[in-house]
Amino acid sequence: MIKEKIHNTLTSKEVIDRYFPENRAKLIDLAAFFDRMDRTSDSHAAGSDYRLTAFFEALNILSDGEANRAGRILEIFSDKTAELPQSADGVKGATGAAKNGE
Amino acid sequence: MKYIDPHIHMVSRTTDDYMRMALAGCVCITEPAFWNAFDRGSVHGFRDYFVQLTQYEPRRAGKYGIEYYSWICINPKEADDPAFAREVISIIPEFLESERVVGIGEIGLNKNTKNELVILEEQIALASEYDQLILVHTPHLEDKLKGTRLIMDAISANSGIDPDRVLIDHAEEHTVSEILDRGYWAGLTIYPNTKCTPQRAVDIIEMYGPDRIWINSAADWGDSDPLSVPKVRFEMRQRGYTDELIEKITHRNPVEFLSQSERFHYRYE
Repeated sequence: MIKEKIHNTLTSKEVIDRYFPENRAKLIDLAAFFDRMDRTSDSHAAGSDYRLTAFFEALNILSDGEANRAGRILEIFSDKTAELPQSADGVKGATGAAKNGE
Repeated sequence: MKYIDPHIHMVSRTTDDYMRMALAGCVCITEPAFWNAFDRGSVHGFRDYFVQLTQYEPRRAGKYGIEYYSWICINPKEADDPAFAREVISIIPEFLESERVVGIGEIGLNKNTKNELVILEEQIALASEYDQLILVHTPHLEDKLKGTRLIMDAISANSGIDPDRVLIDHAEEHTVSEILDRGYWAGLTIYPNTKCTPQRAVDIIEMYGPDRIWINSAADWGDSDPLSVPKVRFEMRQRGYTDELIEKITHRNPVEFLSQSERFHYRYE
């Protein structure tokens, strides 16, 4: 149900002027996160972590040229299983990515 | 310009926050019952909390000229023990008589368990029996998409509930479309890391329109910001939105939804 962009009156230049600096900073933070991972004592193990697997899958969406990037990335991180556990056994929090079959 | 924060946990905030909100234009808030970062050990703990929400907090807000309403329920994080949850549910009806209670909330799911789901269904039935509005908490992060769908299915299974009287909160880009398509109201929560930013909330409004959506801070004891709603207003103003549109999203929309409760006496001016 995506509607027309009725309310955004900004031009593309205005959007870039306004939001480029903060998103440039976020991109560099992301690069530094991966660099930090490389410096860990067991960096070879990081690649098998289910959260990073989802992370790398999500990165592909940034440059695929298709719409609704935020929504599609959120879906990648989402639990796609149908089963319901009986209880959470005291677990309250979420990790940010689903194991999805692991 | 006046605004409403329709979802905020002021029992976890200081009077300094009330002052800053009032200075920013906040005139009315609603506070759902929630998990206070620890599991309460008895039904008496919930009774004391519900008294706080219906008697003490309205007075504290009133000192800052902020009209206060609350929602009563057992939250999903403490609903994973059905026997205990039913004890809490048994005391809820007496608080629904309070002049400041606008509905049942925030009910929903946390880890999408069968135990949570059965208590959700029982509280939906309670809302139907007492003709109450419903405020829904959707799960965090990876559990949100699945949980949002389970919650909407549970509500639609109860023929006594009109989706127009249900607000599904903490929506994001991957859930808002289904929520609106199924006839519910959607809430966008502004959090620094785990929900929407002001920029993303305004993006969502641009994609899905300004109807049946409200903005809230859900500010509580964790990483959150009680001035989130004015920050969204600022973002809209930066993008050239009209005063009328900003007013609609952050003031008139919550009034429209909440006025379906006979207990909600705030009037839009």
